[in-house]
Amino acid sequence: MKTEEYSERKLELEGWPLNLTTYRIGATFHCHADNVSPGANIARTTGASREEAENKALDRAKEYLSRTKRHAV
Amino acid sequence: MSEYAHPEVLVSTEWVAQHANDPNVRVVEIDVDTKAYQEGHVPGAIAWAWTSQLCDTVRRDILSQEQFEKLMGDSGVGNNTTLVLYGDNNNWFAAWALWQAKVYGHADVRLMNGGRKKWLAEGREVSTDTPVPAATTYKASAADLSLRAFLSQVQDAVRNKTAGLVDVRGPQEFSGEILAPPGLPETCQRGGHIPGASNIPWGKVCNDDGTFKTFDELKALYAGQGIDGSKPIIAYCRIGERSSHSWFVLKYLLGYQNVVNYDGSWTEWGNLVGVPVEKGAAQGTAA
Repeated sequence: MKTEEYSERKLELEGWPLNLTTYRIGATFHCHADNVSPGANIARTTGASREEAENKALDRAKEYLSRTKRHAV
Repeated sequence: MSEYAHPEVLVSTEWVAQHANDPNVRVVEIDVDTKAYQEGHVPGAIAWAWTSQLCDTVRRDILSQEQFEKLMGDSGVGNNTTLVLYGDNNNWFAAWALWQAKVYGHADVRLMNGGRKKWLAEGREVSTDTPVPAATTYKASAADLSLRAFLSQVQDAVRNKTAGLVDVRGPQEFSGEILAPPGLPETCQRGGHIPGASNIPWGKVCNDDGTFKTFDELKALYAGQGIDGSKPIIAYCRIGERSSHSWFVLKYLLGYQNVVNYDGSWTEWGNLVGVPVEKGAAQGTAA
């Protein structure tokens, strides 16, 4: 097997930068969302299509990112 | 363009593709996200979970010498094996494993430049098979503590200004605006950084494809913040893994002699009683 249709894109979600990486292995699309800095994965999902995998990852990432508090410095 | 000080500590994805089945080579994947391996990995690679196999979860410590020997033995790694480590997120936790392998004196341990990201992006073969290596008997050296900083050493360095402190977290963690990276749980009581630290985020050392920047680029990045190897360097982050990645760069790619990883990092310093922190942005966060 090989990874195919590999793509990355950056977007903003809940006020935070997000990096979305998607690729297909066999018939399954894999997507993971990381928080750019430091790049830790906050969602890893699969789907039968790119859209399904990415939407699941975005939903999960939104939930985690919305909990991040900004403190006064 | 100058060559890395120790180019032998890196191998390319192509090198791994050609050597993954070499009986003297053991390829190990170590991911931030421990579920990544099951998706598909370098054929023949085994996996180590940083959350359970690369730390002593009871004492909050790195592996003991005995635990390290068992991990290596169970992984089919002999003392003369070429150990090639790679992982997601530009080899973040692969570098953490490499640091421990160096602490315990493994002679030939290398990173696959670009890590899992580059392997996948290149469309290389992946496997979902989990190899079961034949166990070996492994003898580790006593821990080389010249590679590791403990709290008292960091406090001395702050008090006497005897080392360059490199905080490799993101600017918002450094300033105290956030207590943990976005989306992750807060693990400290206070935000900010160790007094006197420079902020050189770990990810700045890599290109978009996950490979390390050139020697000249890396040298300029650190020198821009006054880190040039002329005095000891202490790298730290939140739990000591991002800083092991920067430690690798400073020690092996730039060749600075006296570089240590403070793995207690912010989860120790930021929770201490009676110890000062600084808040606010760095004067010149590395671009």
